[in-house]
Amino acid sequence: MRMKITLASCAVVVSLLWSVTGLAQESHIGNLVGHANRGKALYQRYCIFCHGEYGDGTGESAPYLDPKPRDFTKAVFKCRSTPSGSLPLDSDLYATISRGVHASGMPSWKPLLRQERADLVAYVKTFSSAFQEEKPGESVSIPPEPLSSPESIKRGGELFQSLNCWSCHGKDGRGHGPSAATLTDSKGYPITPFDFTTGSRFKCGDSDPEMFRDLVTGLDGTPMPSFANAMTPDQRWDVVHYIRSLHVSRKPRGMKIQSEGQ
Amino acid sequence: MEMAAGFNGIVLGDFEDKKQAFMKLKYALIPACVVVALSLSGRVTAGWASPADAPAALKGTVKFEGTAPKPSRIDMSADPLCAKARQTPATTEDIVVGGNGGLTNVVVYVSDGLTSHSFPPPEQPATLEQKGCQYRPHVLALRANQKLEVVNSDETTHNIHPIPNNNREWNMSQPHGVPLEQSFAREEIAIPVKCNVHPWMRGYIAVFKHPYFAVTDKEGSFELKDLPPGTYTITAWQEKLGTKTQKLSIGAGETKTLDFAFKQ
Repeated sequence: MRMKITLASCAVVVSLLWSVTGLAQESHIGNLVGHANRGKALYQRYCIFCHGEYGDGTGESAPYLDPKPRDFTKAVFKCRSTPSGSLPLDSDLYATISRGVHASGMPSWKPLLRQERADLVAYVKTFSSAFQEEKPGESVSIPPEPLSSPESIKRGGELFQSLNCWSCHGKDGRGHGPSAATLTDSKGYPITPFDFTTGSRFKCGDSDPEMFRDLVTGLDGTPMPSFANAMTPDQRWDVVHYIRSLHVSRKPRGMKIQSEGQ
Repeated sequence: MEMAAGFNGIVLGDFEDKKQAFMKLKYALIPACVVVALSLSGRVTAGWASPADAPAALKGTVKFEGTAPKPSRIDMSADPLCAKARQTPATTEDIVVGGNGGLTNVVVYVSDGLTSHSFPPPEQPATLEQKGCQYRPHVLALRANQKLEVVNSDETTHNIHPIPNNNREWNMSQPHGVPLEQSFAREEIAIPVKCNVHPWMRGYIAVFKHPYFAVTDKEGSFELKDLPPGTYTITAWQEKLGTKTQKLSIGAGETKTLDFAFKQ
């Protein structure tokens, strides 16, 4: 009897601590279920040096990094499939951990097991109460991509001008627009617009559908806005094709897709 | 399983205690409720018939002490559509002093002393307009969860980018005439708003969970209406000059005057 009571009270204490510290948090990526308590150990081994003990992006290496490590306590993430202003899906965070963030200090963590990456997602979510209070937005739907064509590229170029993309990215896409020098991220650190002529290794993924998605979601925490209300899906593909055409050493995208399809 | 049962046990036990306390309280609460209900029905039928409940009002002005800084001209030549949209050259709006030294765009609000904490947001949306490549109003005050309509009356495309501390951050591109509706869930005074395309554009959005706030007009005057009688801390917030607070008590049906002064 006494044994039972002790066990029960132990369980109560553990479950209370569990819920208070938020370690009960899980992540769900497809069939994978990540657990924050296991993610914590991994975080302390791999992530703490940049993102810090409290997840606020002030780890030991942070002063030497540009851009700065993400502050998880704000729950604002660049790479999402959800609308601007909403939380990312677990699969978005999983994708960022797996892919890494090009042109930043964040490497790809593909060497870790899939389960380990899922555990890290669950732990990263414990740093902000937002993940308990709010639900992530709905995932952007991406229609099939039409083939690139000179007409599509031309239309994309016109949108690039009329939607003021050039203000930051420059009329020639080199990232030297009139507003470029004034840009900061939401923490006040200077940030440079992407130079489209250098290549296509974008922060949130290289593929055309990922570029399409970025135009819908924007990169929260940076000056890059969401164009969800500003363009139709067809227009977004036109802009994607135009941006691809700015990459000087690249073959036209449409031709490549065509040859793959055959 | 055992864990869950133990956890529930605690919660239920706690709930039982609360229930007992509530039972005791109930006898005190019932007469209080009756009084409140009676006075409310009195309001509805006779319109603030009982003088003890009549709403109070607070009026005043916010002044700028000393020589007002001269606003600087804004160069909008980077976007010809902005330059074209202006009949008069644009000037900075961080400190705007009007007639008689009145300081405009100061948010004056009840920061402490309210006994009720539940105010449903109004159905009417608040509107923020982008016109002549500046925000109208420059400082907007609205309620938490109140609809915010963002309007772009300019020919050019803006991006509207609030950078909050206590709310979700969003950043939306808005070409001319495209509707945009947003809201903020939590109180925050005040959220800076940027347009990254036009770096000179800056505005502020103050979000309140109660309806007792006002933004000073061109003469620096404000009015807080329908204030329940009580003792309040009133705060005035200016984007560049900081905050000032004053305490005051206001009785039923009274109209009091309260002035603030800022200097650089």
